[in-house]
Amino acid sequence: MAQTGVLVIGELADGQLSLTSKEVLAAGKPIAEQLGQPMAVALLGADVGGAAGEAFACGADVAYTATDPLLAENQADLFLSALDALCREADPEVLLMGRTAIGREVAPRLAARLGVGLAQDCLEVSVAPGSTELRANRPVYGGNAMATVSCTSSPQFATVRPKAYEPPVPDPSRTGEIKPVQVALDASMAKSRVVSVVREEAEGIKLEDARIVVAGGRGLGGPEPFEDLEDLAKVLGAGIGASRAAVDSGWVPASWQIGLTGKTITPDLYITVAISGASQHIAGCSGAKVIVAINKDAEANIFKEARYGVVGDWKKVLTAFTETVRELVKS
Amino acid sequence: MPLNIVVLAKQVIDPEIPMSAFQVDRDNRRIVTPANIPPVVNGFDENAVEASLQIKDSQEASVTVLSMGTGFSMDAMKKPLAMGADELVLIRDDAFVNTVDSAVTTRMLVAALNKLGGFDLLIAGRQASDWDNAQVPLGIAELMGASCVTLGKKVEVGDGKVVVERIVPEGYEVVEAPLPAVVTVSNELGQPRYPTLRGIMAATRKQATVWSADDLGVSPSEMTPLLNLVDLFVPSTVKECDFIEGDNEEEAGRNLALKLREAKLI
Ligand SMILES: Cc1cc2nc3c(=O)[nH]c(=O)nc-3n(C[C@H](O)[C@H](O)[C@H](O)COP(=O)(O)OP(=O)(O)OC[C@H]3O[C@@H](n4cnc5c(N)ncnc54)[C@H](O)[C@@H]3O)c2cc1C
Repeated sequence: MAQTGVLVIGELADGQLSLTSKEVLAAGKPIAEQLGQPMAVALLGADVGGAAGEAFACGADVAYTATDPLLAENQADLFLSALDALCREADPEVLLMGRTAIGREVAPRLAARLGVGLAQDCLEVSVAPGSTELRANRPVYGGNAMATVSCTSSPQFATVRPKAYEPPVPDPSRTGEIKPVQVALDASMAKSRVVSVVREEAEGIKLEDARIVVAGGRGLGGPEPFEDLEDLAKVLGAGIGASRAAVDSGWVPASWQIGLTGKTITPDLYITVAISGASQHIAGCSGAKVIVAINKDAEANIFKEARYGVVGDWKKVLTAFTETVRELVKS
Repeated sequence: MPLNIVVLAKQVIDPEIPMSAFQVDRDNRRIVTPANIPPVVNGFDENAVEASLQIKDSQEASVTVLSMGTGFSMDAMKKPLAMGADELVLIRDDAFVNTVDSAVTTRMLVAALNKLGGFDLLIAGRQASDWDNAQVPLGIAELMGASCVTLGKKVEVGDGKVVVERIVPEGYEVVEAPLPAVVTVSNELGQPRYPTLRGIMAATRKQATVWSADDLGVSPSEMTPLLNLVDLFVPSTVKECDFIEGDNEEEAGRNLALKLREAKLI
């Protein structure tokens, strides 16, 4: 019998527990309760004390920690070596991680190291009453179908798509136990090395955090119309994104891409212009509260996802829309 | 010694098919192969082929394309050869008909890679557009002790190491890793080259090497899946779209803004 119900692999952002890690704790809590066992968090970094407190407030009972200055940079090879040790120590029934930039690389490699299966990029993870079997729902075929999978090996391992769960409301009065684990790391274990970093994000509001997002697709026909979209974004204080077709055409940087292989956004309002709404695009924006579509094709799939739509040529619709929005926002 | 590059490529249902052609056979937990729509090489794997050929353009290198599956279409699978790859190795076994398990695929490919004598550089697409698992190349890196770099948009080799421009949420970073290395690539690498007429002719003459699970000496226990597919279905999304109209498109645009204001969204 495993001694930990659920182990959540935590990630740090500027010394704090990342938002996605909190979401994963929210996903893990009902599972741990169902299993009648504690929920633990694995924390790796140069200093993880603050994050442990946050994890306890978000429902964790135990924190397995590895502290080493070498873990400050989230270097995957080092992270994995430490994580492997923490997992074996915690011995969980269920292992969960966010499918983040780090999770995308670390989780599959950890699964191979532990010799277990991994359910990737899940929207829902649960354990049926009276069972210990993890059921995970994951979109496949670019979101055209949904697969329910279970694991035949232990620990049962899944990654959770960011924003699939709401983070818990923290309870600062909750406490937990910190269990430091000794990990023997040395710098030579890091095989890959980052030489330089080049920033390419759109200026202004971060796409993932924006309350309103506007995005354009192939139907815009070139890079210039994105200036019109930027105008609208400015008026609304919105973030700006694009479909993969617009990125592949070289009109905007890759960091603007929304979708399965781009960013996942969950704004209150998402305004799409000349985007057809392919399932792989929807995969990144289905969490938006309200989708608005401007598209000349009434049959476009985006209208199946949208709450409000205008069928028409964006060249005519967008200018009038932006001008009216400008007046309304002022008043 | 020329640089030994292996590219992983998977045959998939064309992901650009209209949604109406996409069907799930829920009883048998499988996707119905659409009739009359030819399969294709997974798009990100074509990016991987392109990455390998860019290296081959600038230094002595051999490119072997390795694939595992069933029901191979030679029109699809020979495209990497037509683009300029040297060899094609197919692992074909009916035992894989319903294999959706990355762990089994990883083990089979490791056995095949060992039989091929290993690699200096293994390049693969970031994920396959059918099961979107994004696991196999990373598992191979672990099992074979190779260094690993994900999400490349540019891949270069020199001095016994690979240098990759790697996509991160903020932009990209330049990463170095020693060979042997596994690198996954993404569409940001750019449009893969089109096969030339000469390439197509050369590909026609080339024979694929075909191995079965038996040929690889993989034991049945290693072929036991680590995941079970319990259910497969089309998620239902019934949303009602409110179409905003006007006497002309400009007015529809104005009315849309008014509607969003009324709904307190702006
Ligand atoms: C494995 C995989 C991963 C993928 N990942 C992503 C991803 O992360 N993000 C993503 O976006 N895509 C992704 N895709 C690609 C996706 O399948 C679509 O090809 C892509 O989203 C299409 O982009 P689009 O809507 O801009 O272009 P199109 O599908 O070409 O649509 C253009 C739309 O513009 C409309 N239009 C044209 N002219 C006008 C006009 N004058 N006025 C108004 N409307 C007009 C058309 O009616 C059409 O609906 C992925 C594909 C695969 C296979």
